Amino acid sequence: MNAPMTFGNDKQAITHRERLVVIGNGMAGCRAVEEILARDPGRYAIAIFGAEPRVNYNRIMLSPVLAGEKAFDDIVINSAEWYAQNGIELIAGDPVEQIDRATQTVIARSGRVEPYDRLLIATGSDPFIIPVPGRKLPGVVTFRDLDDVDRMLAAAEKGGSAVVIGGGLLGLEAAHGLSLRGMAVTVIHLMPTLMERQLDEAAGWLLKAELERRGQTILTGADTAEIIGKDGPDGECVAGVRLKDGREIAADIVVMAVGIRPATALAKAAGLDVERGIMVDDHMITSDPAIMAVGECVQHRGTCYGLVAPLWDMCRALAGHATGAPSGYTGSVTSTKLKVSGIDLFSAGDFSGGEGAEDIVMRDAARGAYKRVIVRDGKLVGAVLYGDTADGSWYFDLLRKGEDVSAIRDALIFGQAFASGGALADPNAAVAALSDDAEICGCNGVSKATVVATIRQGACSLDAVRSQCKASASCGSCTGLVESLLRLTLGDEIEAGPKTLCKCTSFSHDDVRRLILEKELKAIPQVLQELHWSTADGCSSCRPALNYYLLCAWPGEYEDDQQSRFVNERLHANIQKDGTYSVVPRMWGGITSPQELRAIADVVEKYDAPMVKVTGGQRLDIFGIRKEDLPAVWADLNAAGMVSGHAYGKSLRTVKTCVGSEWCRFGTQDSTGLGVKIERMTWGSWMPHKFKIAVSGCPRNCAEATIKDFGVVCVDSGYELHVGGNGGIKVRATDLLCKVATEEEALEVCAAFVQLYREQAHYLERTAPWIERVGLAAVKAGLFDDPGAVRRLAARFRHSQQFMQDDPWARRAAGEDAELHRHLAEVRPMEFAQ
Amino acid sequence: MIGDWLDIGPTDQIAPGNARTLPVKGGEEIAVFHTLDNRFYALVNRCPHKQGPLSQGIVHGNVVTCPLHNWNISLRTGEALGDDEGCVPTIPLRVDAGRLYLLREAVVGKKAA
Repeated sequence: MNAPMTFGNDKQAITHRERLVVIGNGMAGCRAVEEILARDPGRYAIAIFGAEPRVNYNRIMLSPVLAGEKAFDDIVINSAEWYAQNGIELIAGDPVEQIDRATQTVIARSGRVEPYDRLLIATGSDPFIIPVPGRKLPGVVTFRDLDDVDRMLAAAEKGGSAVVIGGGLLGLEAAHGLSLRGMAVTVIHLMPTLMERQLDEAAGWLLKAELERRGQTILTGADTAEIIGKDGPDGECVAGVRLKDGREIAADIVVMAVGIRPATALAKAAGLDVERGIMVDDHMITSDPAIMAVGECVQHRGTCYGLVAPLWDMCRALAGHATGAPSGYTGSVTSTKLKVSGIDLFSAGDFSGGEGAEDIVMRDAARGAYKRVIVRDGKLVGAVLYGDTADGSWYFDLLRKGEDVSAIRDALIFGQAFASGGALADPNAAVAALSDDAEICGCNGVSKATVVATIRQGACSLDAVRSQCKASASCGSCTGLVESLLRLTLGDEIEAGPKTLCKCTSFSHDDVRRLILEKELKAIPQVLQELHWSTADGCSSCRPALNYYLLCAWPGEYEDDQQSRFVNERLHANIQKDGTYSVVPRMWGGITSPQELRAIADVVEKYDAPMVKVTGGQRLDIFGIRKEDLPAVWADLNAAGMVSGHAYGKSLRTVKTCVGSEWCRFGTQDSTGLGVKIERMTWGSWMPHKFKIAVSGCPRNCAEATIKDFGVVCVDSGYELHVGGNGGIKVRATDLLCKVATEEEALEVCAAFVQLYREQAHYLERTAPWIERVGLAAVKAGLFDDPGAVRRLAARFRHSQQFMQDDPWARRAAGEDAELHRHLAEVRPMEFAQ
Repeated sequence: MIGDWLDIGPTDQIAPGNARTLPVKGGEEIAVFHTLDNRFYALVNRCPHKQGPLSQGIVHGNVVTCPLHNWNISLRTGEALGDDEGCVPTIPLRVDAGRLYLLREAVVGKKAA
């Protein structure tokens, strides 16, 4: 035996550490090591043998990898750094072939011999191969590890058809993945309904109907007789499957997913007690006190488990005992979720019915939902949910606690919110009511108490929780629960985190704007695709925002998407409560002429407009125009030299002025002249929100410049430039941005400020809340810290403006997009014809 | 059979993501929608909330957002979604050989059928 050598007393402490060897680098083996390290990090010198040549990954997440929803890197649980940081020796790709209990060593395939003081067997399970002819043909694969996934992906790349034998959890996930990868998939299942171990007949039928709707062929009650071969370019390969009733199904790949059996060969050869699995006691000790076993390879109190949740409980018991604080394992109640995107399915406990079992069933055919709970002796013993699984964790919690539910029996089926008398309709309250040991994340076995402790230790965001305790880091189905716990634990503090752009995405406005530039995204469908939007074509919140962000990011390149514009910006007029529109022609700086006034008066009479009104922004607003008449109205106004006033847009509205030095006895500068110049420069520009400008000729401020987005107050020595004012719901006076000496400088700073706002504010954020959010100092820094910044921003604004300053009314008046204004047809029933 | 269905013209009169209107003499105006995933729906052009013209709303999925107060209305059922309550009548619509047909009796009312 290779006894560790010592070089003096100071090394004694290290060399006397017990040596723990783990066979199996899978979820159970590594989790057990993690649990031991969490309790007593210095106790063992640890070596882990893995059969696969890679680090530890989350095996249950192979389905999303196959489906293309995750990459391998996403499902790695412990990276190479974790092994190094914890001083763990990883021997990957060299499976252990023999255990020598007499010398307390293990021997690997390479001939390597490792001594142990304690041995942990975590060999998991092997896929069950049904003993039919042809099972060894190339093209017949199982679904157990990453190599299997790679084989399936290689087959899917060539297209064709696939047969999956086995309509259980694993088989259906394989079928889903292959189907998404473009293969024609047939599922062959021996039993009359799918997933019969987890689902009752009704839920199994709903599932079958849904999978068929998605294009899979499901054959139930189908018994495989043999796998047929054919001659391929590289010798014989799989051609299809023949059923016992004679049917043949052609296949380029056959996935065998009929079940698993505990991998016990190594333990059996070493003379340990083995029945179906390796026999263990409540502390996961085998018949040899120096050898422990955990996971799918063990048999505990007569039961072998094939799901992930019991494994977490076993690892806790094992680690407790291995570090001198035994807690014991008493078995697990298991629950199941199917990881097929878009299908919500949950089952837990016993739903076989039988003597004394009371069924409570609710069906909602329209939504395709089915719920069934089973009560026995006043206790919840089973639950099957299809279509709406929101209450799954609540039922599971009731089931594990085994509490008497008689008092809420009548309301049980309607879920937690209802059963609690409506008090828990708030989802946060529902989560608050879960017990501390309720499982939040099934993929990683994280309890509510652990998530809350993680948050209290400083993880204040979803990402921080994911990285620190792994809850919600895998399939993500518990994300809502984790978010509720964040809200409950932190109160308002979580609100400090950036808000997402809308419900269709988890990205914030700033993320989206950054990624549009970084990834050079130039169309809305491309943004939705690349940024993983959760809806097919967005919503009425995100579409206009994205349209603006793209327009701002790629002036001249991006083609405006009319379908993503609010009606006012699509019809270039303001919709009114009766469905008619109001029309505001532009009057530069608020100055008009007899010709313009005459044209407006003519329009009012010709189209019988019920009202014409002077607006707050010094323009004339013609009300009550029908959408069919808009192009003709615009043509008349165009003929008098007037263009769109953009009173309808998230854009530059008006530049309001006072008369200034030309007429006013107090005027210090030509405020009307400057106002006209500013309006000529800025009109037609799309903005995050509406944008109002005013120029006052003296500090008496008759143009009310200090409640505008950009305001100029003329003084004897020059121009004070103000920003961020608002006269709306919440009045806000402007902040003084700077003072300049000349009109040219005033125009340049105006262009630069507008561009900074265009590039940095969130869509539908006026300058006032924008400045309050980022701070005036940040705005000033963005403009003035770098002496070239104003010039560059203003240049970008002018570049963008060259694509914006053509009159949208003129194009419509000339017949563009006429179908937006015209009716499809008119229906005149016979009796109205006369 | 043709008599039961009213031909309102070819499908390409309505661009995806748009809606167009169909006034009915003596009846209520109808809005015909073409969704981005290429489906067609017809509803009475009147939001159940404050009678906004749904034809002018933004279409996303099989939902239209009313231009007046942002109610979301299901194009499939005519029902208001989310916390809002109300329903607008839907008109059975059929696409055949590139043309759109509305169920006549739903358009003109029973007495004219």
